[in-house]
Amino acid sequence: MTFKQMFTSSVGKKLVMGFTGIFLILFLIVHAGLNATIFANDGGLMFNKAGHFMGSNAVPRILEIGLFLGIFLHIYQGYLLTLENKSKRAVGYAVNYDKGSKWYSRSMAILGTLILLFLIAHIYHFWTPSRLGGMGGIKALGEVEHNGVILHNLYAEMDLVFTNPYIVVLYVLACGSLGYHLAHGFQSAFKTIGVHNKKYHAMLTSLGYGFAIFIPLLFASMPISFYFDWIK
Amino acid sequence: MSHTTMNLNLKVWRQKNTKTAGAFQMYRVENISDEMSFLEMMDILNEQLITTGGEPVAFDHDCREGICGMCSMYINGKPHGPWQANTTCQLHMRAFKDNDTIVIEPWRANAFPVIKDLTVDRSAFDRIIQAGGYISVNTGNAVDGNSLPIEKSKADESFAAAMCIGCGACVAACKNSSAMLFLSAKVSHLALLPQGGPERKTRVTNMVAQLDKEGFGACTNTGACEAACPKEISIANIARLNKEYIVAGLTAE
Repeated sequence: MTFKQMFTSSVGKKLVMGFTGIFLILFLIVHAGLNATIFANDGGLMFNKAGHFMGSNAVPRILEIGLFLGIFLHIYQGYLLTLENKSKRAVGYAVNYDKGSKWYSRSMAILGTLILLFLIAHIYHFWTPSRLGGMGGIKALGEVEHNGVILHNLYAEMDLVFTNPYIVVLYVLACGSLGYHLAHGFQSAFKTIGVHNKKYHAMLTSLGYGFAIFIPLLFASMPISFYFDWIK
Repeated sequence: MSHTTMNLNLKVWRQKNTKTAGAFQMYRVENISDEMSFLEMMDILNEQLITTGGEPVAFDHDCREGICGMCSMYINGKPHGPWQANTTCQLHMRAFKDNDTIVIEPWRANAFPVIKDLTVDRSAFDRIIQAGGYISVNTGNAVDGNSLPIEKSKADESFAAAMCIGCGACVAACKNSSAMLFLSAKVSHLALLPQGGPERKTRVTNMVAQLDKEGFGACTNTGACEAACPKEISIANIARLNKEYIVAGLTAE
């Protein structure tokens, strides 16, 4: 079997989905962890320092390229698989079989699309001004100085963006989509990459549900906290 | 137990052959005993059609004992009807009520083209087995069975996978028309035994390649296949198949 064959067969395409999915799960941990520093209630100092590290250190900048590649592959392969799988049944059923599986496991493409739409807005809100601010017509972020180092004031940007209730609702709904996407995706990714040991499988399934609840809740708490001024 | 009879409305898929488009047709059957099997009810419908000069409904069946895997039929939105771990031939009419309307469809997947009415061509499964679902045995004296020690738990797991009767309910149930549960059962039952060891890499490589050639979809682990399987083949076999495939892909020449 060649590597090309390995990653382009029906099992191989799923391997790409599984591996990129797990990579994105790891990214979510880092992202949620860094963002949680807003709850330090220090006027965003720790958060802005974390943001500065991510933006100025070479390691996260290189990983960022991997992240964009991973997201692109996951989305591209996901749509490709959805369309291919759909095309395998030219004549559909009059009565669909929906009792044997969870609705969200059958709706990964729709949930993923909702997350993608959110992602576009999210990148526009924070990534673009932080990375490309000042270029062309893109508004630059405010800055703060700490011990002689100039930091982007991403904290103030969050505070500003989340004064808009529609954006807060959009972010919270996106967290819901992410939760359901993870509820299936987390355990499915590990099955796809071959974890069949019953002990680990049971462990990963429970861990997956926990992850699918905890991470989106943590993310959703951020716009809500800013909107209601719970953090200072 | 009291014996009851019922009258039923049947909405049956009729299709002349692979090339023509099909459509649903309504039929009424009366005095159906609740002790009949679903196929016996279909026999009565066909008797009725023959005596009135109609064309009987074509459907697959053979042993009528739930072990051969020939009967198919997608009944009221589930392969093999409403009961769990059951084949259509072992589905009894007590699963239904008087005046129920029962929708009967063939397995629907491009890889399983309709031959006529409810009969589909499942020879794709045969070709997948031919691609590697066997052990090459050199002729000579039979080896003493006890000379090959096999853990009881492994033997049981292998047997549970070998229970697959290749009926195709997994494909019919899957939103992706994926045959992964079938393939994983065939790969697993050999991969778990020492006899299957020498050919395990070529087996999984060739069988997956054949499966893709037949036009089945990819697995998204929804679990519908496992829920519809008359032999309750575990979806954990699919994860084992994936592991076999990764190992083969990384280590094969």
